[in-house]
Amino acid sequence: MSERLRVHVDPEKCQGHARCKALAPELFELDEYGNAHEAGDGAVPPGLEDKAWLAKANCPEIAIDVIEE
Amino acid sequence: MTDVNQPTAHPPVTDWVHDFDHTDPQWTEDPFPIWDELRAASPVVHTERFLGCYLPTTYEAVREIANDTQHFSSRRIIVRDVRPEVARNAAPPITSDPPEHKPAKQLLLPPFTPDAMKKLEPRVRAICNELIDEFIADGKVDAAARYSKYIPVRAIAHMLGIPESDSDLFINWIHMILELGIKDESKLLQAVQEMTAYFSGHIETRKNKPSDDLISYLMNARDKQGNPLEDSHVLGSLRLLLIAGIDTTWSAIGSSLWHLAKTPADRERLIAEPGLIPTAVEELLRAYSPVTMAREVVKETTVSGCPVKPGNMVLLSFPAANRDPKMFPDADKVVIDRRENRHAAFGLGIHRCVGSNLARMEMQVALEEWLKRIPDFRLDPAGTVTWSQGTVRGPRQLPFLLGKAM
Repeated sequence: MSERLRVHVDPEKCQGHARCKALAPELFELDEYGNAHEAGDGAVPPGLEDKAWLAKANCPEIAIDVIEE
Repeated sequence: MTDVNQPTAHPPVTDWVHDFDHTDPQWTEDPFPIWDELRAASPVVHTERFLGCYLPTTYEAVREIANDTQHFSSRRIIVRDVRPEVARNAAPPITSDPPEHKPAKQLLLPPFTPDAMKKLEPRVRAICNELIDEFIADGKVDAAARYSKYIPVRAIAHMLGIPESDSDLFINWIHMILELGIKDESKLLQAVQEMTAYFSGHIETRKNKPSDDLISYLMNARDKQGNPLEDSHVLGSLRLLLIAGIDTTWSAIGSSLWHLAKTPADRERLIAEPGLIPTAVEELLRAYSPVTMAREVVKETTVSGCPVKPGNMVLLSFPAANRDPKMFPDADKVVIDRRENRHAAFGLGIHRCVGSNLARMEMQVALEEWLKRIPDFRLDPAGTVTWSQGTVRGPRQLPFLLGKAM
């Protein structure tokens, strides 16, 4: 059985590079300034785990956490 | 006293570690081995040139400085031979420190979100094709002078609501400010004066007749207390958008085409897999980052264990950080499908480039449209590629032969 993942953006660290939105549009939303936050409660639907890790690995501000639940 | 009217000649560099100079012809031509040498020597090196300047050489040292606005001020962001008085509202928010920085930045962010860029994309695609139409039949082209240069300038003119046909005027100001201005203060002042007069005219026109563009947007903006921005703030931000929005992306598109001209395997792969272009754009941004920023040390501190003293400038080399092999495996190679890429081409921390979404869209569209219409091209052996000097690095002459090699 595969693990359940949850993504979280630290709003203090996010500077709006928007890499997460480009790489995993299903998992992140941008506000009016272009800063990111997780979509909904951050739960990663099955099949999108790779995108969650990819978003984390490409955030220049190290603002994204992927939590294994 | 320094005579501001006389450009200063710099002696050639013989000891890079203790006497680096980012305006030296060797740095302009091929900075990569220099950065490797400096990185091997220390995470932070120093030169007595430019009245004293540090250069962080590792990704980590660059990140530390970018995130430390207490010790490193943005009031001066170009390393030059002189340190004239700091002007108020020079070019907010890029020249602002906390606490003034955040409100000035938030003002500029909404027009530059990815969604806003999607609306602009069709115009940029059309600009690319209009430019290609002008030279595709010739069989050869200077791709820097006739393609990469005009895409960002026309796009930002379109956003600002000023005539795209004034492009050459803007390009000349930028050359005077960012290149000639490093060593010749009078050129910089002249360009700033001309830009101020130009934009003041456009602001006046809009006072009677508001329009749906970025100039009117800034004129209508209100601060937290509900007051309009001072004219000098509007002018400073307009100057910033024009300066920052043009030769940066011009350079990035030019370097990308330069790489593809001499790397047929990458070119063929992107033609076969256009979906890979956004990933390739990130890697080209990493490998050929155009923009080196600067800070002024305002309080003594240490960076990666190295002491740093006030009175010095810092050349904040995002391009050198992006070549740090500790951060990027095969840092010296262009890997167009690199999956993990935390490159700092648009800066790190609160001064992240406000136009990064615009630049990315322009680069993607510029490469897509070029590759669609000109799948085969190569460097013209009869021509010479030249690179800009100073703060923004990219090809300024890029002679190509178009079509299949005979």
